[in-house]
Amino acid sequence: MARTHITTVVNGDETEFLTEDSTSLLNALRDEVGLTGAKEGCGTGDCGACSVMVDDKVTCACLVFAPEVDGSTILTVEGLADSGELHPLQQCFLEGAALQCGICTPGFLISAKALLDKNPDPTETEIRYALAGNLCRCTGYDKIIRAVQEAAREMRDQ
Amino acid sequence: MAITEENPGYKWVGTRPIRPDGLEKVTGKAQFGADLMLPGMLFGKVVRSPHAHARIISIDTTAAEAMVGVKAVITGGDFPDLAANGAHPSEIDVANNTIAREKVLYEGHVVAAVAATTREQAEAAAEAVEVTYEILSHVLTVDEAMADGAPLLHEGMITKGVDPAPEEASNVASKILHERGDLDQGFGEADVVVEREFTTKPVHQGYIEPHAAVADANSDGRAHIWCSSQGHFQMRAYSASVLGISPGMLKVTAAEIGGGFGGKTVIYLEPLAVRLSQRAGRPVKLVMDRDEVFRATGPTSGTRIKVKMGVAKDGKITAAEVWMAYEAGAYAGSPVGAAGMTAIACYDIPNFVVEGYDVVCNKPRVAAYRAPGAPMAAFAVESVLDELARDIGMDPIDIRLANAAVEGTQASYGPKFPRIGFVETLEAIKDHPNYTADLGPNQGRGIAAGFWFNAGMMSSATVHINENGTATVVTGSPDIGGSRQSMALMAAEELGIPYESIKAVVADTETVGFNDVTGGSRVTLATGAAVVDACRLIIEDLRARAAKTWDVELDQVEWVDGQAQHAEGAQPPLSLKDLAAKSGRTGGPISANASLNSRGVGAGFSTQLCDVEVDPETGVTRVVRYLTAQDAGRAISPDYVEGQMQGGVVQGIGWALNEEYIHDSDGVMENPSFLDYRIPVASDLPMIDCAIVEVPNPAHPYGVRGVGEVGIVPPMAAVGNAINDALDVRMTDLPMSPVKVLEALNEQRD
Repeated sequence: MARTHITTVVNGDETEFLTEDSTSLLNALRDEVGLTGAKEGCGTGDCGACSVMVDDKVTCACLVFAPEVDGSTILTVEGLADSGELHPLQQCFLEGAALQCGICTPGFLISAKALLDKNPDPTETEIRYALAGNLCRCTGYDKIIRAVQEAAREMRDQ
Repeated sequence: MAITEENPGYKWVGTRPIRPDGLEKVTGKAQFGADLMLPGMLFGKVVRSPHAHARIISIDTTAAEAMVGVKAVITGGDFPDLAANGAHPSEIDVANNTIAREKVLYEGHVVAAVAATTREQAEAAAEAVEVTYEILSHVLTVDEAMADGAPLLHEGMITKGVDPAPEEASNVASKILHERGDLDQGFGEADVVVEREFTTKPVHQGYIEPHAAVADANSDGRAHIWCSSQGHFQMRAYSASVLGISPGMLKVTAAEIGGGFGGKTVIYLEPLAVRLSQRAGRPVKLVMDRDEVFRATGPTSGTRIKVKMGVAKDGKITAAEVWMAYEAGAYAGSPVGAAGMTAIACYDIPNFVVEGYDVVCNKPRVAAYRAPGAPMAAFAVESVLDELARDIGMDPIDIRLANAAVEGTQASYGPKFPRIGFVETLEAIKDHPNYTADLGPNQGRGIAAGFWFNAGMMSSATVHINENGTATVVTGSPDIGGSRQSMALMAAEELGIPYESIKAVVADTETVGFNDVTGGSRVTLATGAAVVDACRLIIEDLRARAAKTWDVELDQVEWVDGQAQHAEGAQPPLSLKDLAAKSGRTGGPISANASLNSRGVGAGFSTQLCDVEVDPETGVTRVVRYLTAQDAGRAISPDYVEGQMQGGVVQGIGWALNEEYIHDSDGVMENPSFLDYRIPVASDLPMIDCAIVEVPNPAHPYGVRGVGEVGIVPPMAAVGNAINDALDVRMTDLPMSPVKVLEALNEQRD
């Protein structure tokens, strides 16, 4: 079967890959581009572990066909740090012990970044609703919410 | 808030540095089970039974094998007949659960597996495997399975633990019994007796990472497995048994694990991946999708539990009678044994009978789930205790204090408790501002307590001193929630070097000595003790090298703050860095191994305080405030102790309010997705306040007890007791969903 040629910008780099029309963006990123930071927790858009930004919108990569992103700009967790310097969210997740097993962490970081990009001073409730599409089974969310609050504070102070 | 007894002023233990594996996990570099890609790797897919109970008449793989890209198709016939080899029944059950032979026992039971060059080809080939079934009658609950004339899952199952043994087979695998004193006399002494019956549904561990395994078989019969599990040595043992080979033929590397909570202590995919790889001559990756995770892995038992308890007016429990039946799923082995041992273990009760039944039914085989068996029993017992306290007008903390097990109490399951911290957890709740916080309309407050043994078992560790004086700490315990940090903190404390100078790693089965599973809250306790032992061997070695260097007796050398010091100060100190640099001249590489059987577990207790708000119009219950107090023994890594406490509570809140397996009348699961099996999300919850209690375990060098499990024991009763406090309705069936709460309220109104 002929495969489709896709051209995108992934984490700032022009990236081309071939894909079946029925392949999800998630599998294309993981299998073709070699970026395994986005995870499959459910494959049905219910857990958020595959969250990436497509043209600045948080997207479940498992719900998008790879050909749909032709010409788009994609950010995955691997692109969050800037030339080796961690994003404040990454730093605050580390310092605040906001991860246990860490499988959901990439998705939470992307969703939290999307929130803070739009709303630099969210309330606890706003954070909880913004992250309600990301499941974490280890932490009970407490330390994740606090880490996002702390990162928001630091980013506002910068 | 932490209550810290006898803190000897540790430098590293009890601090909150960044975890060793953290950077890889926030940058997306950490390699979890499904992340590995090998050259030439094939994708596998498993074929599963659509029926809850059926005889396999035939499996035709011809069409699948002929498809483009298909490199291997296997069925039960590709594995040895363990029964014919005289294997232990439990091994035979593991093998038959991995891939069915004569019968399928639940919807989702594996019947075949394929490997092909692409995912799509593998999926198409799996669909092309033709299985002919003879459908059999099924049983889905303990009630159905224990009924007279119920269809049998295992025709030869004779109930164990009954004397004389029954003559007829049944679905009851075993009976357990604990008793003390005289029940009639005890109830005779009671001023108030409450008797209630409770039911709970199977719930899933709900780890976000589905099961995944990659296998690469060599032509000499050996194979390498990469998998995410709670114990790669167990994966090796189980896989070898199912494959009929020696464990030494398999090397298992632990991937990072994306949650387990007990559900990844068992095998599903590993031997299938090995056999497919052997047949295809190429590496094979098998990954479950979420639907498969729900239908075929986990869960923990659905139960029916009856509790009768009596108290005197002074709050003393005079008698307790507990009857419980736990679903095992398709094979014997529900956690009813632990349930029976934990049900009333928080309390010193003179007269009791605890009776339990392990019952098979046509659902997936249950797997361990955080304090396996204890939460359902605690839901029942702690709900009844709450009602008794109300009936005699006693504070719910005070009634628990009046009966609390303390050091020297004969535990309901046998031994005398050594030093324990149950009372301290009760007091921590009472002393916390949440205990007296104002409640609004339709709000209520509930208390519940829980006990879990915590496990010890076997662990090994190796410590290497690197040539620059840094250290590598090697263990074989998969790190599921920050244990590499605990290992590094204890090693830093022992060696007297900075935490940052230590790298803690989890090694494969050929690189470090045997370790039991990461389960039973045991890693910081037992593997931690092995790390401490290895560090102490290193220090002995370093002292000897310093003594040799200085030409003095060994007893003249002390190890203080990461350096060898002469007892009388006659020599300038030799730091670990100095000694490492000259190791070649003082005896060679500096390295030590320690292996141990844990020298003593420390029982864990948790008391929790839950405030809810119930909407009387919709029946929706919302947790508005939550406090958990737990005896950690010693919190080596307080960040991750709190994480365990909070995580356990929130799993319990899900169990209390939302989570349940729903099967249709054919035994097909109706809600195998995170949309329909709804675990708590961030917007459902408040912050979870923690009170770490530290009553050190005398059997551990730092007083560790283990903290992973007991936190999930109290929440269901805490939530139920809070709902009762809010609206005066006693909920006895989990989950306490809006529909059920409304029904209870309507009954109350009638």
